[in-house]
Amino acid sequence: MVKRLVSVFGIALVLGASLALVACGGGKSNKLEIFSWWTVGGEGEGLKALFGIYQKQYPNVQIVNATVAGGAGTNAKAVLATRLTGGKPPDAFQLHAGLEVEKYDPEKYLLPLDDLYKSEGLDKVFPADLLSLLQYKGHYWGVPVNIHRANILWYNKKVFAENKLQPPTTWDEYFKVSKALKAKKIIPLAFGSKDGYEAGHTFETVLISVLGPDAYKGLWTGATKWTDPKVADALNVLKKMLADTNSDNAALTWDGALAQYFITDKAAMMIMGDWVNGWFMSQNYTGYGWECVPGPKVYDGLSDSFAVPKGAPDMQNAMNWLKVCGSKDGQAAFNPLKGSIPARTDVDPSLFNPYLQSAMKDWTSEPIVPSVIHGAAAKEKWVTVYKDILATFATKGDVAAAQKALDQAASDNLAM
Amino acid sequence: MKGLTRDRAISVALVAPSLILIAIFVYGFIGFTGFASLTKWDSLEPNFTFVGLHNFARLFATVPTDRFLCDLRNMVTFTVLFLIGSISLGFILAVLLDRHVKGEGIFRNIFLFPMAISYIVTGVIWRWILGPGSPETGALGINLIFEKLGLGFLKWKWFTEPSSVHISATSSFGVFLSHIGLGGLTTSYVGLSLATISVAIAATWQMSGYTMAMYLAALRGIPTEMREAARVDGASEPQIYRRVIVPMIRPVTLSALIVLGHISLKIFDLVVSMTGPGPAFATDVPAFYMWETTFRGNNFAQGAAIAVLLLLFVALLIVPYLVSSTRSEVRR
Repeated sequence: MVKRLVSVFGIALVLGASLALVACGGGKSNKLEIFSWWTVGGEGEGLKALFGIYQKQYPNVQIVNATVAGGAGTNAKAVLATRLTGGKPPDAFQLHAGLEVEKYDPEKYLLPLDDLYKSEGLDKVFPADLLSLLQYKGHYWGVPVNIHRANILWYNKKVFAENKLQPPTTWDEYFKVSKALKAKKIIPLAFGSKDGYEAGHTFETVLISVLGPDAYKGLWTGATKWTDPKVADALNVLKKMLADTNSDNAALTWDGALAQYFITDKAAMMIMGDWVNGWFMSQNYTGYGWECVPGPKVYDGLSDSFAVPKGAPDMQNAMNWLKVCGSKDGQAAFNPLKGSIPARTDVDPSLFNPYLQSAMKDWTSEPIVPSVIHGAAAKEKWVTVYKDILATFATKGDVAAAQKALDQAASDNLAM
Repeated sequence: MKGLTRDRAISVALVAPSLILIAIFVYGFIGFTGFASLTKWDSLEPNFTFVGLHNFARLFATVPTDRFLCDLRNMVTFTVLFLIGSISLGFILAVLLDRHVKGEGIFRNIFLFPMAISYIVTGVIWRWILGPGSPETGALGINLIFEKLGLGFLKWKWFTEPSSVHISATSSFGVFLSHIGLGGLTTSYVGLSLATISVAIAATWQMSGYTMAMYLAALRGIPTEMREAARVDGASEPQIYRRVIVPMIRPVTLSALIVLGHISLKIFDLVVSMTGPGPAFATDVPAFYMWETTFRGNNFAQGAAIAVLLLLFVALLIVPYLVSSTRSEVRR
């Protein structure tokens, strides 16, 4: 009996203590709560490096690292939305640059950062295309820390050299290369479609290539019609391309396909984002080269940025955090660890590996478009439908049906 | 029955908290989900504009995506195969073990063990076993075994096979059907999804041990005198099973059907880890679609509509069972 009483008392004590801790959280203090979904690996370390720089400049501020784990931030975004609408926002939070800001209703919940851009000179160090991508309703709402690229054609150098092939720069060349490889019983394109989004990813890069950057951007704003014959052209390219992939693609993820076919020299190419580079490095594999997906050179980018909500508890600390994020030092510390390139164009390239160096060069010279499958070009509701249409198309190959469906999805989501 | 006795007051007071909690957290939320399915809530910010049955109509349309129709086909395919598989396999195993074989305890544990594993693990294991390989890698997993055993003709694409078996629209029966206005029956949505067979195999492997345990308990509950009596009456062994044992364990079969049936309607984790949505949604299930729509697409209204339909399907299975079992309890 006594034992039971003691344990009940103990539980009550623990509960009380945790309540007290929660209560303390609301008090006046010198804190900075950063909300993100960067928990592990290179991105977690990169975030810590940013914290390190911040702490050096503002040693009295206590940083609270509020992370919510989960792929592409799906869980984190749900938590964040309730905190914003419930009036308990963090000081700063992670946001994909681009149209994702729309869903946070920025004019109601977020702080416009135009003054910060001016005082820090950010509008001079980011490329113009990125600046226009960052603006929503005429204001800046976030400071981008890093850039990833989605439209890379990775190729196996050994296979290309042995067959005396050059990486293709047009679709005609691509299909010639593909034919030559097939004759040698090599799979032209390694493909993994188990997760269901990969066909959508590949199609996005084909769309950019066939329509060009401006018409591609117009697809997501209504300026370009999905009934355009060029969309059908793009679908035909995708169909032809996917016809020559590994037959078991439905059983593999992209990294599975790379492991099974690419690094064993059974396949010659893969279209994927530049996180592939990090995977190659983790496998100690160096026999890969890269090229933009055939067609005009365009940078299909996605970017993480930080935004500050209206009514952030420690506003000054939050603004200082954004300054660190946008600074040369901050971006130079974060990106080599994360495996991405800085959004600024003036960071020393020697800190980065060869792939990232070449990406940094392209970043300053090529037109930039937002990636749709990674949430920068359209809202998630549209993206999921787009993804499903392409997943069906990848198997069934019905161009007319897919185009009609894409058009329907666009009119569902553009008519608001 | 007049007035509140002390006992009655206490019992009401004791039951009230759980009643209130269930009313809010089960029925309240079911009601809210039903309400949400009729609204236009398609981003993080709630939007309760009433749109009627629009979300449901979208699910049953083929444009922009026919995913839900594929899901229904897969759900039915999976449920039928999984129920037949686990119940028959479980029954056979139970009958074999009931013969008091040597080392019965060991076998029982071996057969029961898969049930203790999480569906995620089962999914990964069976993805490796049934992963088909390709001409370039050579056969893998079970296809490799078939090849080595000289059974190469059994090699198959397993869960990467996108097609489904259905009535052909060009066959004479198909033409007849479309003549009498039932052309819908000849689409690929009314058929058997071939890729789903692989998922059903994995689920059967996992759950047949459970039905075996149920049947074994039921078989042990049948008094030996019954069998003896049947034998004395000249019944052969198969006849004893058909005429005596199977009818006696019918209640267990019914419980197994209900338990497995609602598992199979709600299946999610096995599909996620084993196959994903599959080629052209050949292995997709409603629960997976619901999760993606809601938490990836932020289309909460559409997700709620799928949830309501799922609840309806499960209710179709469970409610008759509940009604009949309460009735029989009352009779007792």
